[in-house]
Amino acid sequence: MAGTIEVLLWRGGADGRYQAYEVPLRENQTVLDVVTWVQRNADATLSYRFACRVGMCGSCAMTVNGRPRWTCRAHVSKVATRGRLTIGPLENLPVIKDLATDMTPFFEKWRSAKGAFAPSKTRIEPIERIAPDSPARLAADAAIECINCGVCYAACDTVRWNPDFLGPAALNRAWTLVNDERDAGDGPRLAAVSSDGGCHACHSHQSCQEHCPVALNPTASIAGLKRRTIEAYLRGEIKA
Amino acid sequence: MNVRFYVWQRLTAALMVPLMLVHLAIIFYATQKGLSAADILARTRGSIAWAVFYGAFVAAAAVHAPIGLRTVLAEWTPLRARARDLAAVAFGILLLVLGLRAVAAVALP
Repeated sequence: MAGTIEVLLWRGGADGRYQAYEVPLRENQTVLDVVTWVQRNADATLSYRFACRVGMCGSCAMTVNGRPRWTCRAHVSKVATRGRLTIGPLENLPVIKDLATDMTPFFEKWRSAKGAFAPSKTRIEPIERIAPDSPARLAADAAIECINCGVCYAACDTVRWNPDFLGPAALNRAWTLVNDERDAGDGPRLAAVSSDGGCHACHSHQSCQEHCPVALNPTASIAGLKRRTIEAYLRGEIKA
Repeated sequence: MNVRFYVWQRLTAALMVPLMLVHLAIIFYATQKGLSAADILARTRGSIAWAVFYGAFVAAAAVHAPIGLRTVLAEWTPLRARARDLAAVAFGILLLVLGLRAVAAVALP
């Protein structure tokens, strides 16, 4: 493949602007390859984040032609429109510089949603046996493969409108733990996801499901949390 | 939106669905039969059943709508939490007063 492609890259902080670069086209070139080419050949001060380059680490998500994506798994030939690429930082997160966002609010919300495993046993006691085909295990399985890339968070309209909303990833994580029979943290967890920025703030637009690179469905997890919290609320187990 | 508001909004929605269907059926019936205002008032005035029916409708709407309005104000305006909640409560009271006035006008003998 010969020729070049015009690439617009976000430069600067929140008040930055797009800057144009001419990047040589290559066979099987990913958007991450394009960004890396610019940093190595055109401007070494370009800041961006990546690690594994193969869709495992979740570090390299950016906004590519208006959609949040993993840049390492987005082929230029598939995502460029009219021979052009516009690459910006993820939406809904503070921009540190160029293509790197500050993921702190994203991870703080995981903590707020009680996304940490709360053990119900000591290390001395035997581990519970969980049947692989039990309903709770299947529900957890359907949501467990999240690698915290932030694509759903960047795609979510509710996060954009309501800064207190915990977001699809944190609520999806909470749902996996609600279905984990070994976990003992459901009391505070259900209370946390029932608060003003919790699962009930979700409008079910399903952008998270549409954009999730590993095809998870956080909207379904949030719907599960809504059902579970309503049951707990009606039984008087959580106050709101 | 928290779980308490969510439950109240869904409960009132579930209540209003059958009420609205009956309300629409009544509108069709009244217009098909060509009932005049006097005919309608003759049937509704002094009727406890119609007072309860539309009273419940008004009460459900006065709970349901402010919860949605509160979310809209939170997401689309720069109002602070207290001002937003006060605006939603004021809207609910307005709906309740206007609605109950209308119910009183058609149901009181």
